[in-house]
Amino acid sequence: MNWVNAIVQGVLVGGLYALFAAGLSLVFGVMRLVNLAHGDFAILAAYLAVLLADHGGLSPWLSILLVVPTMALVGFVLQVLVLNYTLDSALAPLLATFGLAIIIQNALLESFSANLQGLDAGSIETESIQVTTDVAVGWFPLLTLIAAVGVLAVLQLVISRTALGRALRATSDDGRAAQLVGIDNRRLYGIAMAISLATAAIAGIFLGIRTTFDPSAGPVRLIFAFEAVIIGGLGSLWGTLVGGIVLGVAQAIGAEINPGWGILAGHLVFLAVLIVRPTGLLGKTAPA
Amino acid sequence: MLLELEGVDAFYGDFQALFDVSVSVGEGETVAIIGANGAGKSTLLATGAGLLQPRSGEVRFDGEPLRRIAAHRRVRLGISLVPEGRRIFPSLTVEENLRVGGRVRRAGPWTLSRVYELFPLLEPLAGRWGGALSGGEQQALAIGRALMSNPRLVLLDELSLGLAPVVIDALYEVIGEIAAEGTTVVLVEQDTSRALAVADRAYCLLEGRVSLHGSTSELTRERIVEAYFGGTGKRRT
Amino acid sequence: MTRAAVTLACIAAVVAALAAGPWWLSEAHLRDLVELFSLLAIAQMWNLLAGYAGLVSIGQQMFVGLGAYALFAFGDKRGVHPFVAVALAGLVCALISIPTAAVAFRLRGGYFAIGTWVIAEVYHLLAVNMQWVGGGDGTLLFSAARLDRELRAHGTYFWALGLGVASVLGSWLLLRSRLGLALAAIRDEETAARSVGVSVLRAKVAVWVIAALGCGLAGAVYHLNLLRVQPDAAFTVNWTAYMIFIVVIGGIGTIEGPIVGTILFFALQQELSRYGAWYLIVLGLIAVVAAVWVRGGIWGVVGRRLGLHLFPVQRRV
Repeated sequence: MNWVNAIVQGVLVGGLYALFAAGLSLVFGVMRLVNLAHGDFAILAAYLAVLLADHGGLSPWLSILLVVPTMALVGFVLQVLVLNYTLDSALAPLLATFGLAIIIQNALLESFSANLQGLDAGSIETESIQVTTDVAVGWFPLLTLIAAVGVLAVLQLVISRTALGRALRATSDDGRAAQLVGIDNRRLYGIAMAISLATAAIAGIFLGIRTTFDPSAGPVRLIFAFEAVIIGGLGSLWGTLVGGIVLGVAQAIGAEINPGWGILAGHLVFLAVLIVRPTGLLGKTAPA
Repeated sequence: MLLELEGVDAFYGDFQALFDVSVSVGEGETVAIIGANGAGKSTLLATGAGLLQPRSGEVRFDGEPLRRIAAHRRVRLGISLVPEGRRIFPSLTVEENLRVGGRVRRAGPWTLSRVYELFPLLEPLAGRWGGALSGGEQQALAIGRALMSNPRLVLLDELSLGLAPVVIDALYEVIGEIAAEGTTVVLVEQDTSRALAVADRAYCLLEGRVSLHGSTSELTRERIVEAYFGGTGKRRT
Repeated sequence: MTRAAVTLACIAAVVAALAAGPWWLSEAHLRDLVELFSLLAIAQMWNLLAGYAGLVSIGQQMFVGLGAYALFAFGDKRGVHPFVAVALAGLVCALISIPTAAVAFRLRGGYFAIGTWVIAEVYHLLAVNMQWVGGGDGTLLFSAARLDRELRAHGTYFWALGLGVASVLGSWLLLRSRLGLALAAIRDEETAARSVGVSVLRAKVAVWVIAALGCGLAGAVYHLNLLRVQPDAAFTVNWTAYMIFIVVIGGIGTIEGPIVGTILFFALQQELSRYGAWYLIVLGLIAVVAAVWVRGGIWGVVGRRLGLHLFPVQRRV
């Protein structure tokens, strides 16, 4: 049993989970909306990158530059035209995003078939640094972690230092009072969803490079994102990073014990945190 | 007339809160809205600020109807509401609360430093989280936040609620200074004497209707009591 | 005759006709009806949870799967007669739902929804990893397969019919009971309800347990009909998708809604499932449209128009 290696791999994948989680948590914070299609949008982005690779010969790195703004636009339009009209009910947003998840999964199935796809980022995918005889750190997983931390840092900066960030926090505190200082809630929700889907797109493309995927790969990413948010604690972006890493490590250790138990181990750690410390490891508010 | 409500009926769902209410506020005036709990005072301000759309009647600002204009756009026009219960943003600092109030930039004298001059107690608290302030500090912050958009019309809802008299005195002095700048002020107040002391004119609401209005110099105590409680001044049973 | 009497007579006639099913319906039809009644029961349970208790769960498939596996455990491993095992399966699900609630209820709203899904996945993965119930490939229900064919077909059918009728009647009676009153109060204004002594938690847990019982029985009956249990199918989130469509399209917060929705959904599925992914895309679109515009579902629109209340427990979502 190579525990150290398991932990290292877990930490590295934790960054990716945190990236998935960041968008989910942002949207929940600002408008109390849980986007059940979040994972599917990430996979959609990966498929867009596949399209660009197949038809334009673009490498995934260049695809990011095109796909991310596209997904941001999709998020804005979706929120402003559809989801904004579901916010007055508890069930409607879940219903709408659940429906979207099904639409996306099946549209992808129709367009691309159920075959596994992958994105090719070149040799960096397989190169690694041999740290010790037992532990190898892959360049790409390391890059993923760095990218995740980078995106989270940028998000944190936007939220804490910019006027947009103030507006997002104000709206998440008190939507009515935010209107009274001139904030257009509906447009702001659109911006939040745009940012959310942009981060999901980055996560999706990194995922697509890291591993193969098919149209039904979205929901499990949603679950991991959600678990990372809860483990880390609501209301804290860095908590989401911690949560992602804890989840990644739990899964890695579980898989080390028995290959079939990786994901289950993650679920069990999630449940344990929920039972013992519902506010999460770094959380500021309780989820209930 | 800067703000006019004409024949306004306002509802919360099936519950009617305002019946055929007509109110007019001239530029530069300070107008008080008084009345018992549930009389509809806050509803009146909410209608003016755009948080509530009247089912019938008209609301005009500087002669232009406000019917289709949402609350957040009225700020740009120059209407600013300081809501009941302060409702400052707890996860923003004092300074961030003020900055977000200044999101909408209009011409006028109010800047961050001017607001700190008006409320010296806020400046040392600039980095404090909104949620960690006392009631009086929050009220000062709420007023300051409303001023940051340089409004032509400031609507104040129950600013004395839950505050110590000394604090309220200080706040009312500030109201006086704001009015002296030429800003139009409409204030809703439970404390009738304070409200009338600072206002030019007053409206009294009783169960959603205007029961009395006039300039504060004309209104006698007897007329006010009668309009406030209805009937002959004895509490309705 | 009063309207209520006419309604009652019609319903009784329909139920009587269905009860006579084995004598005038083909075996294939009986099997279809078992599926339909199972779906109806699950939909009524989801309606109770989401439409009345405010608990939007996307993990009810956990009880469908648990019910199926409990049926196998009692029937095949313990030698209990399959028809009795169904009842035991329901009870087991009701029992398991209590500690499950202890965990799930730490979450609210959308996060509660995903939380139930994660818990369902945990049960799913446990089933996949347990070799004594067949692991990832699942297992056949041998004890049921050994029954006399006609007995099995009719017995399963009556179980399903009874379950379907019970889910409708049970929901109706529940909502007219004290618990129903508590739920109505909670739906309207939870804090106020709490302040007048309504135990919000107890009411929600009660509904959760009842829903677990119903879904567990339905899962057992459904798989008895199928004669095999396969974990991916038993625990799939598609159960939730079907429930949502049925209840929302039929009309949430009414008892008639899920009935209408189940019939419609079943008919659609028979006709359109050959179109595969497109059919599901259409369902997804319907869900989005329903979420934004048509909140009341078919029964909401039709029922209100005709002023019809087969089971009067008026709720507004």
